[in-house]
Amino acid sequence: MDTLVASYGRPMFEKEHVEEDQLELYQPGPSLSLKFAMPPVAQPSAWLRAATDDHANPNCPIKIAHGTTTLAFRFQGGIIVATDSRATAGNWIASQTVKKVIEINSCLLGTMAGGAADCQYWLAYLGMQCRLHELRHKRRISVAAASKILANLVYSYKGMGLSMGTMCAGVTPSEGPALYYIDSDGTRLAGNMFCVGSGQTFAYGVLDAEYKYDLSVDEALALGSRSILAATHRDAYSGGFINLYHVKEEGWVKHGFNDTNPIFWKTKLEKGEFSNVTSELV
Amino acid sequence: MEVLLGITGKDFTLIAASKAAMRGATVLKAADDKTRSLNKHTLMAFSGEAGDTIQFAEYIQANAQLYSMRNSIDLSPSALANFVRGELASSLRSRKPYNVNLLLGGVDPVTLKPSLYWLDYLASLAPLPYAAHGYAQYYCLSILDKHHHPDIDYEQGLKILRMCTDELKRRLPIDFKGMLVKVITKDGIKEVEYFDEKPVACP
Repeated sequence: MDTLVASYGRPMFEKEHVEEDQLELYQPGPSLSLKFAMPPVAQPSAWLRAATDDHANPNCPIKIAHGTTTLAFRFQGGIIVATDSRATAGNWIASQTVKKVIEINSCLLGTMAGGAADCQYWLAYLGMQCRLHELRHKRRISVAAASKILANLVYSYKGMGLSMGTMCAGVTPSEGPALYYIDSDGTRLAGNMFCVGSGQTFAYGVLDAEYKYDLSVDEALALGSRSILAATHRDAYSGGFINLYHVKEEGWVKHGFNDTNPIFWKTKLEKGEFSNVTSELV
Repeated sequence: MEVLLGITGKDFTLIAASKAAMRGATVLKAADDKTRSLNKHTLMAFSGEAGDTIQFAEYIQANAQLYSMRNSIDLSPSALANFVRGELASSLRSRKPYNVNLLLGGVDPVTLKPSLYWLDYLASLAPLPYAAHGYAQYYCLSILDKHHHPDIDYEQGLKILRMCTDELKRRLPIDFKGMLVKVITKDGIKEVEYFDEKPVACP
């Protein structure tokens, strides 16, 4: 059955008739889908998993860079986007200085979680499509449309082993501040707050406890950065630097790429938080 | 998806456990008490494999009480924690190990110092200012990292606990039927009236 589906299955929208201006949403680029060389097996994703599942098989031939904490939330003053900067491949820390926020244009940001290559490639591709939209229509793409290009794209590759959990955040005149979550299952959700990655629960813990829509800009920036700090402290696959952005009506503003280590000790020593970290031996 | 939480403060230890007793996809009981008091000022909360949990907890409880009767003095929380760890360690290497995770909270009757011990089925023992077991760890430890201080009073302790249980209600996909909360002070163990019915909004 799976063999049948794999050999005859095509993205279902490929043959459908759609309106001209909607076309780019459904078919990103000139039938780019399925042009990659696929492994000659019935279920590419199962084959990929066998070759890459570090957890089940520590000797797997390919180790994919995974593990992240990213967050974004909407509030009175716009949208805060924050990420850590660690890339891991299995237990190996591959990099501590990854840029997990992709600047799609001056008003749109994307975040990376999941497979580093998948995210980097497809978000760059999304940036390209957004620019083409801008040139074609003489106005900037909406966040809803941009996120749908990505969602439809990853959906067309469903079952082939893509691994990404991304957020698109931006402010446009038509939508105001907008935030979307897109993952490689094809899920696309609009919302006020998302945390994505292996450290998501830790970030949610801190963020939920003090989140209000009426947060001031400074409070929101502090809460975003503190939530990432919490995740880098408890999640082994998150760490490095805190990358902080604020998206407002005029566009996004970067608020630094700061090392977590001094921030952790500053937070502990000045605020007395992290009281479980002691120098006592027990 | 059982929840165990423990928080110490300047003169108390709070222990909270979820009230749902679940088997597979069914809630068998919605007012379960996953705690046993070992003596006047030591309380143990447990989660893990059905059957093992209560068998082990009541075995420990019986031995703690036997010690108190024989010697006319209670074991301190730290003594009990080390005793429980020893039992778990020998069980771990037996033919059928107990699959039980524990939080042991108490106030030392002599020094009046509150304490909290985290134990798992692999017989790890860690004294901690705050602790959790199971999925609750993923949501609550970051909150406690931020909001806990060793010298908090009882009201502040309850406030932090509320932050934790609200977050669990918000984000855990399964309803754990609220929390049973007990507090240990120098005067003994007391159940806390903990109102859990208010729904929590998910932003």
